[in-house]
Amino acid sequence: MIAAALPRDVARTARLLRVDPRAWAVRDVAIDALPAQFRPGDLVVVNDAATLPASFAVQVPDAAFEVRLAGPIAGGSAWAAVLFGTGDWRTRTEDRPAPPLVHAGTTLEFGEGLKAQVVRVSDLSPRLVRLEFDLGEDALWAKLYRLGRPVQYSHLARGLALWDAQTAFGGRPWSVETPSAARPLDWQALSALRARGVALASVTHAAGLSATGEPALDHALPLPERTEVPQATVEAVARTHARGGRVVAIGTSTARALEANALAHGRLVAACGVASLRIGPGYERRIVDGILTGMHEAGTSHAALLAAFAPRALLSLAWSHAEDEGYLGEEFGDVMLILGY
Amino acid sequence: MNWRDKGVVITGGSNGLGRALAGELARRGARLVLVARGRERLEGAAAEIRARGGEAHTLEADVGDKDAIYPLAGAAQALLGRVDAVIHGASALGASPLRPLADTDCEQLERALAVNLVGPFRLTKALLGPMALAGEGLVVHLTSDASVEGYPTWGAYGVSKAGFDHLARVWAAEMAPFGVRFLSVDPGDMDTDLHAEAVPDADLSELQQPDEVARRFALLLDRAETIESGARVRLGELVPALEAAR
Repeated sequence: MIAAALPRDVARTARLLRVDPRAWAVRDVAIDALPAQFRPGDLVVVNDAATLPASFAVQVPDAAFEVRLAGPIAGGSAWAAVLFGTGDWRTRTEDRPAPPLVHAGTTLEFGEGLKAQVVRVSDLSPRLVRLEFDLGEDALWAKLYRLGRPVQYSHLARGLALWDAQTAFGGRPWSVETPSAARPLDWQALSALRARGVALASVTHAAGLSATGEPALDHALPLPERTEVPQATVEAVARTHARGGRVVAIGTSTARALEANALAHGRLVAACGVASLRIGPGYERRIVDGILTGMHEAGTSHAALLAAFAPRALLSLAWSHAEDEGYLGEEFGDVMLILGY
Repeated sequence: MNWRDKGVVITGGSNGLGRALAGELARRGARLVLVARGRERLEGAAAEIRARGGEAHTLEADVGDKDAIYPLAGAAQALLGRVDAVIHGASALGASPLRPLADTDCEQLERALAVNLVGPFRLTKALLGPMALAGEGLVVHLTSDASVEGYPTWGAYGVSKAGFDHLARVWAAEMAPFGVRFLSVDPGDMDTDLHAEAVPDADLSELQQPDEVARRFALLLDRAETIESGARVRLGELVPALEAAR
């Protein structure tokens, strides 16, 4: 599938593929008819994490390379991070040279006096580390925003501005990549949903890196991600299911937040924690009835998650249809709604 | 509105009315992010609040700078967890000293619009989402009688504040279904740096003190939900009525 190479007004220009597992049907729908796909009494749950500019040019004595923060671990100063060798997003991640080896105790210089210490190197890969920054929260957030660039990949034709990487309703900057399935939901669409009697709720989920270029790491994605479900969302989900409505997750990160919470606690509860659940074929959903998602190619962790929402044969049919029809992939691409009629 | 543990972003929070209002809300238990341009005065304002047991964070930013807005919104939400109210207190005269429109440079008008209108628009937009999804929130525009009266020499400022008032009305109409409320508040003339810059030879005895205005401003904000969203209120008229009704 061709990747969308430039930021665009997805809410007005994208195409929407409706996949109905119950009717075994795949149908093209105009994007402005997205709200009409829902019924009064349904619940739309979004991930309200804003996207931090999480790519940094970093130095150790004798070497310069790139650090991509992968997600907050707790509080503000501890982060998981992945190291990339020289170069930037213009080079395909799998073609990047290896970064220098770092060890627990190595100090990374982020510039303007900002430093982080490597406190742990993962067994999974020497490129996956835990960092501890040396600044208090107020100053740290200001510095991260000043020095960071949005994480992006080589399919894009230009560098992203920070606003290109945001959704309409970003709050705490926990994500390092945009929860991009939310792009069709601008305020016009949200207002239309509300007017239709569709309820809205949110989770905050630290959407992590979608690729590193290293097979062992990519195979392990998504890494454990910080996640929070508020009480209002617990109540909204209960009300929705009690009245026979459907809970629709906007994006894989929202689905993961809800399902991981319910699995960890036996039911959905208001809680902040870490989601390590991997959703794939055969996974029995407890909370989420449908999902709005980008176009994800078979073999990726996102695509594996979708197999919990529709049979693989139907997803393959949807994928071939989308390719034949010229749908666009990646974060500024088209979207797919998997939801039974 | 009960301010205990509420997250509040105040621009222009290091000085004048913004600073005094921050003190009032902190005293009510609000958790604050103060935004202003000068690092030293900003730290001073926050230290004052912390010394009285309040929570105040500082973010140094120019709200007239487009590139500053998402960093500001992201950092504020990281620090507060949730933002429940935004108080747009930062203001720029545009032309200083004041001058007739015909003598005003385009860039001076643009600066007034950037700080008093476009910047607050951007910041509200960047902070709005979680408030709207939660179904409640309050956005306050600090305005001036120059937004309704065509005072000579106040053109750049007055035009930007008139737009600011109307911005609150349209926001209010569009955000009503999501429970986010908007208010424009005209506090009247005060003895502040902005006023001294505009009217260097003013009779200070005729000006209100920011601390006293902030006290009444906070009383108004305590009852913000009783005022129609989008309304432009004059503090001097409304607060006596609220106090009488108590």
